[in-house]
Amino acid sequence: MQQTRFAWYLLAPALILLVILLVLPIIIMMIYTFYEFITAGVEQANYTAANWREFFTDSYYHLFLWKTARVAAITAIACALMGYVPAYFIWMTSFRHKWLLLLLLIVPFWISFTIRTFSWIHILGEQGAINVTLMSIGIIDSPIQMLYTEGAVIMGMIHFLLPYMILNVYVSLEGIDRDLLSAARTLGCTSAQAFREVTLPLSLPGLCAGLLLCFVLAAGSYVTPQILGGNRDALFGNLIYDTIMQQLNWPMGSTLSIVLFVLLGIVSAIYSRYMGLSTIFKGLSR
Amino acid sequence: MEIPHPSRVPRATLPALRAVEGVLACVSKPLACYHLMTTTAVDLKSVTLTYGPFVAVKDVDLAIEKGSFVTLLGPSGCGKTTILRSIAGLVTPTSGEIVVAGRLINDVPIYKRNIGLVFQNYALFPHKTVEDNIAFGLKYRDVPRLEIARKVKRALDMVRLPGVEKKLPSQLSGGQQQRIALARAIVIEPDVLLLDEPLSALDANLREEMRTELKIIQREVGITTIFVTHDQEEALAMSDRIVVMNHGLIEQNGTPEEVYRTPSSRFVASFLGQSNLIAGTIASNTRGKAKITLDSGASIDAAAPASAKKGSKVTVVVRAQRLEVGKKAAAGSNRLQGRIAATSYLGGTAIYIIEAEGLKLQANTIIDTHVFREGDAVDVSFSPGDCVLLGEDDRRLA
Ligand SMILES: Nc1ncnc2c1ncn2[C@@H]1O[C@H](COP(=O)(O)OP(=O)(O)O)[C@@H](O)[C@H]1O
Ligand SMILES: [Mg+2]
Repeated sequence: MQQTRFAWYLLAPALILLVILLVLPIIIMMIYTFYEFITAGVEQANYTAANWREFFTDSYYHLFLWKTARVAAITAIACALMGYVPAYFIWMTSFRHKWLLLLLLIVPFWISFTIRTFSWIHILGEQGAINVTLMSIGIIDSPIQMLYTEGAVIMGMIHFLLPYMILNVYVSLEGIDRDLLSAARTLGCTSAQAFREVTLPLSLPGLCAGLLLCFVLAAGSYVTPQILGGNRDALFGNLIYDTIMQQLNWPMGSTLSIVLFVLLGIVSAIYSRYMGLSTIFKGLSR
Repeated sequence: MEIPHPSRVPRATLPALRAVEGVLACVSKPLACYHLMTTTAVDLKSVTLTYGPFVAVKDVDLAIEKGSFVTLLGPSGCGKTTILRSIAGLVTPTSGEIVVAGRLINDVPIYKRNIGLVFQNYALFPHKTVEDNIAFGLKYRDVPRLEIARKVKRALDMVRLPGVEKKLPSQLSGGQQQRIALARAIVIEPDVLLLDEPLSALDANLREEMRTELKIIQREVGITTIFVTHDQEEALAMSDRIVVMNHGLIEQNGTPEEVYRTPSSRFVASFLGQSNLIAGTIASNTRGKAKITLDSGASIDAAAPASAKKGSKVTVVVRAQRLEVGKKAAAGSNRLQGRIAATSYLGGTAIYIIEAEGLKLQANTIIDTHVFREGDAVDVSFSPGDCVLLGEDDRRLA
């Protein structure tokens, strides 16, 4: 009894922070969703379900949701395909300074995310590195439109999310006992078969954790589509930004925010149900 | 033509067998070769393996008889695992040849070798059921499905764990996992079974039980087995032959009795069992019996080969179990007067540390009348026949 009370005292600072910084804002936003929007910047505490009705009936929002889910899924899957290889390489290499390779994964985080995203403009833009090079060697006559497309958005997000994927996969690979591979080999597997029978299934939790993390982060992103995407490439995050900052429609903005929050929460909950969230935290705490 | 292993033949028939062997070897060389081919399961020929500049295994020659249980014994890091892994194909020897079942396998890829390997930590596939673990090797040998089910069941019966097919390895105890690992390795009917310290992860009681069990299973299957351990008791208890290794070299290869009774080097003498190592100089050597002046001043008799020349420095090895304490010495025995410096009473036996004529001796003896205590004056005696002489190079004089 005494001990449980003491445990609560120890937990209190963290709980108080969580409540003030996370739970309370969400509750306030939740309340806002029932306010009535009068005109830009003005709302009234009339308690109406109008915002929710609008969200559930207007297919404009549903299309945005669908597109966001699609782009996030493509990004996550691309990250998985591209991230598994380096993770596997770092795991397998006999190079003695593995930590250096892992450090290289972290290096991009030393530069501001926004700046990293802007740098793509100099690569993909009309006067960017790719177009200039291709034109100067005469493969193309006029610049190709690469910037401000969905492809550019996905690319920017992969750039940003790949390290998360690699770290997650790497952590679960690192947990595999190499003797298992030796055992599979002596029992008659080629190295490719041993990969399929042992390495892949045992690294699946890390891969799934990476997929979830990339999906959630991509679906919630708004900076990347803002900078690298055209008007048509806006995602749900941009819609929220627009509603709150341009239209100054806080009630509707809150509604959309809560929608995104709940949907991503459901995705995480389903994942947690089947895989357990612990793998992600293991990946992040590296 | 199969000549039974000496250790399984009654003593009386041994000379006869030796004679047959000799005749075979002399009369017809081809026949002798044939004999070799059919009874040698694994043959390492001057195998050397280096990790960068580090030599893990040095020029090892080792022939292992079909159906026998051979133990590689040595301290941690002496290259035992490396030898096993090179037979399995997980590492490639820098030089030398490895022949398994009459086939040179240096260039045969791992998955085409037919070798069963059991790992120290079992290495069971955690995401597969017991059944799938055992069936794994069969699946890759294109065994028909029904046949697989039958063999898996038989393997489980053999390791005395029927009915656990559908469980995951994590649902089994350490000893049970060990048995599954064994079943997985023998179900493929390998040319040789390699066991890398398979018992070291078990607790003491279970280890002893599994030791017996393992030996019984090996006998039943009749499979050639190479067992790796750093535990001398395990080696002595289980093996047909013991190969003692140190620093990547084979120090001695013999039956447990040979290795125990006539250690071929200082290392073997001190690694296996408790020995007294006493420095001295040969004073005379006639007809297999040498007088040795010990550095401490005393003089003893010891059985000695002709190569023990007068004046050469030697180390006398006497097993602690061969020292008699406080008994009337038999005729011809060496006899030293001493005093008990320490006693460890173990119930049926006692370990005495005795200071005798400038020597510090250890004696492990059976207690028949009473236990000597510290300070008691005792006579220590041992027979010249129990002495092994090591030369200045620390090898046994032969
Ligand atoms: N992959 C490796 N790289 C470098 N050195 C190794 C490697 N594997 C083993 N060794 C070294 O080789 C020696 C023999 O190892 P091992 O055969 O595992 O010994 P044991 O099984 O007898 O304890 C040890 O000193 C070990 O440090
Ligand atoms: Mg080892």
